[in-house]
Amino acid sequence: MLELDKLASRYPEQSLCFTLQISSGQITALIGPSGAGKSTLLSMVAGFAKVESGTLTFNGLSLLGLPPAERPITTLFQDNNLFWHMSVYQNIAIGLSPSLRLTSDQQSQVQQAAEQVGLAALLARKPDTLSGGQQQRVGLARSLARRKPVLLLDEPFSALDPALRFELLGLLRQQTDALGLAVLLVTHHPEEAVRVADNIAFVHNGGIVETGGRELLSAPRTEEFKAYLGR
Amino acid sequence: MPARWWWLPGAVSLSLILLLITGPIGALLVQVPTFTFTDLLADSYLRHVLWFSFYQAGLSTLLSLALAIPLARTLSRRRFPGRDLLVKLFGLSLVLPAILAVFGIVAVHGRQGWVNQLLMALGFEPFGYLYGLNGILLAHIFFNMPLAARILLQSLEAIPDTSWRLASQLGFRSHHLFRWLEWPAMRTALPALASLIFLLCFTSFATVMALGGGPRSTTLEVAIYQALRFDFDLPLAGGLALLQLVFCGMFLLLQHGLSRPVQAAAPGRPRPDRPDRHHLSTRLMDASVMLLCLSLFLPPLLAIVVAGINPQLWPVLLSGELWRATLSSLKIALGAGMLSVFFTLGLLSSSRYVRLHLKQTGAAALMESLGSIILVMPAVVLSTGLFILLRGLVDVFSLGTVLVLLVNALMALPYALRTLLLPMEQVARQHDRLCASLGITGLARIYRVEWPLLRKPIALALALAMMLSVGDLSAIALFGSQHLQTLPWLLYQQLGNYQMTQAAATALVLLLLSLGLFILIERVLGGKHARTR
Repeated sequence: MLELDKLASRYPEQSLCFTLQISSGQITALIGPSGAGKSTLLSMVAGFAKVESGTLTFNGLSLLGLPPAERPITTLFQDNNLFWHMSVYQNIAIGLSPSLRLTSDQQSQVQQAAEQVGLAALLARKPDTLSGGQQQRVGLARSLARRKPVLLLDEPFSALDPALRFELLGLLRQQTDALGLAVLLVTHHPEEAVRVADNIAFVHNGGIVETGGRELLSAPRTEEFKAYLGR
Repeated sequence: MPARWWWLPGAVSLSLILLLITGPIGALLVQVPTFTFTDLLADSYLRHVLWFSFYQAGLSTLLSLALAIPLARTLSRRRFPGRDLLVKLFGLSLVLPAILAVFGIVAVHGRQGWVNQLLMALGFEPFGYLYGLNGILLAHIFFNMPLAARILLQSLEAIPDTSWRLASQLGFRSHHLFRWLEWPAMRTALPALASLIFLLCFTSFATVMALGGGPRSTTLEVAIYQALRFDFDLPLAGGLALLQLVFCGMFLLLQHGLSRPVQAAAPGRPRPDRPDRHHLSTRLMDASVMLLCLSLFLPPLLAIVVAGINPQLWPVLLSGELWRATLSSLKIALGAGMLSVFFTLGLLSSSRYVRLHLKQTGAAALMESLGSIILVMPAVVLSTGLFILLRGLVDVFSLGTVLVLLVNALMALPYALRTLLLPMEQVARQHDRLCASLGITGLARIYRVEWPLLRKPIALALALAMMLSVGDLSAIALFGSQHLQTLPWLLYQQLGNYQMTQAAATALVLLLLSLGLFILIERVLGGKHARTR
């Protein structure tokens, strides 16, 4: 279980404070207007943005103070997930060993992750020869191969066509169940959230205003959420 | 590199750079008590030197621009085979070793040069017109007219297509086009361009040394050298160097104030349909402009190459002196190039951290401009300062190689910084977060991420720095001795002794070395370009 308790930070234009729990094996969708602080929330959890107060724990152990690479977390960013000068294989493998020296176990881990996302035939290619959907699969494959218990996704599929997007979301759902991941998914599309998320958290003006199951989308309680959904 | 060490490479680079600059300036300032500027102005020879420095630089600037403006117009009007090559060659004049161009000019305009040979063939008496102001102007026009034409051509090509179409509809004649379209476009670039050319001519060393031909045509830059090497008058040399420093600082400030961002032309744009292309008068005008400008620019370039394919050269090419000079040139260039690139990489890896992670854009820009501060110091001034600083401590001439190397490394720094600044920032912008989340740090980061993405710009920076160092005449003029001889210095001496055959051999080796180095480093070290997308 990943727990955020009054995790707070202050910026000149906004102050942020988040409280949220994500259980393993569940996907929580973060939705809300742009500028509400969704991406900053992910950055604070991953260790890229400063945290001024509050606690952040995973299974009871505090994560604050750990550098990004040592947290039990892997992130799929909106863009810049790939090294364009490396092959697909190297792009996945560098998630397991920064020096690209893999044990035979790790090599099969890479192979397995590539198969899970349907990239097994493309391992020798460079990312710029792949389609946009395939490129995001490479990032997803690396995230899976790293076998970290927490997966953060920052609108990774929003640039893709609907069919591709839903296909990758299906893949995400399947892997979450299979590996018992705790997943935080930032999205702009309520229909994405309805499709795959177990829980919804509505982020507004630097805080989480409302949480609940999928039914929240059809029955929002707060005025802000209603306004965001256009009801 | 773990994040907490972000400041280390920049601190090392910057402190070494600043030490190497403030040390010599300090040494120059210490000289001042024994020397006052009123003494300087009381001396009629020095007054003449000052006047001539400004006079030749002003005249060179005027003539270069007066030719470059019609040349740029002609190039924008006409498309002809070889036009792109010509514009590329125009860019060459900035990196071509100055003494090499001087050799070409002597080969064309000297007493035994092409012009006089032509005159003799036509039955006229040969006459010497090269040495003195004429030679200096010829060389400065050779360097700066193409530079100016290139920059002005860019301004002209930034005029939008629609303006040309509108002008066609309104029936503009050529002079209307100039008045309403071209002059406004060029005028924004002109002040900065003029002050750049003025500064280049004011501090030009090799040209005035080789073509000045006597005390009547000496500039401040050369007077510093003469005070130091001929008269061994250290206080005078120091005072003159300080004066030169003040002038350069003023010109640079002026230029900074005059610079306007030039909007680049959209690439691959179809050529504008200029309404004045077909008039007979502009055709005649264009033909005569091209003839005049190319007759100033092309023959010296050709002469360097033609002189190199002379069979009389082969025995001279075997001289030990030539090869010793080649070897020292190569050693110094390699050292200076690598030092320059190391300074640059260190400085930029810290400054990009300051810019991207600490969000201190101003501080990062300050660090980068401190790296380029050497621009206010011509090599002769820096060398004079170093000379005065070290003279009591060590035998300056026994350290010649190291000192020339240091001066050359610093001189190349602004170019290396400009080459690597954007690529390094781009790599950090794109990959810092991913590297941090995957724990790619230290050597793994350098080997897997930085090197493959930066090897091309690093190679270009190294090649540029080495080419500048191979062509340097200023530092070697101050620190050279019987034991230390480089190709430009050898070429200078051979030109001074009218040994044209030997000079041709040296020029050939210098040309091949500077072009060869450039191509070799860019191709081999640069490797295949790793795309950043």
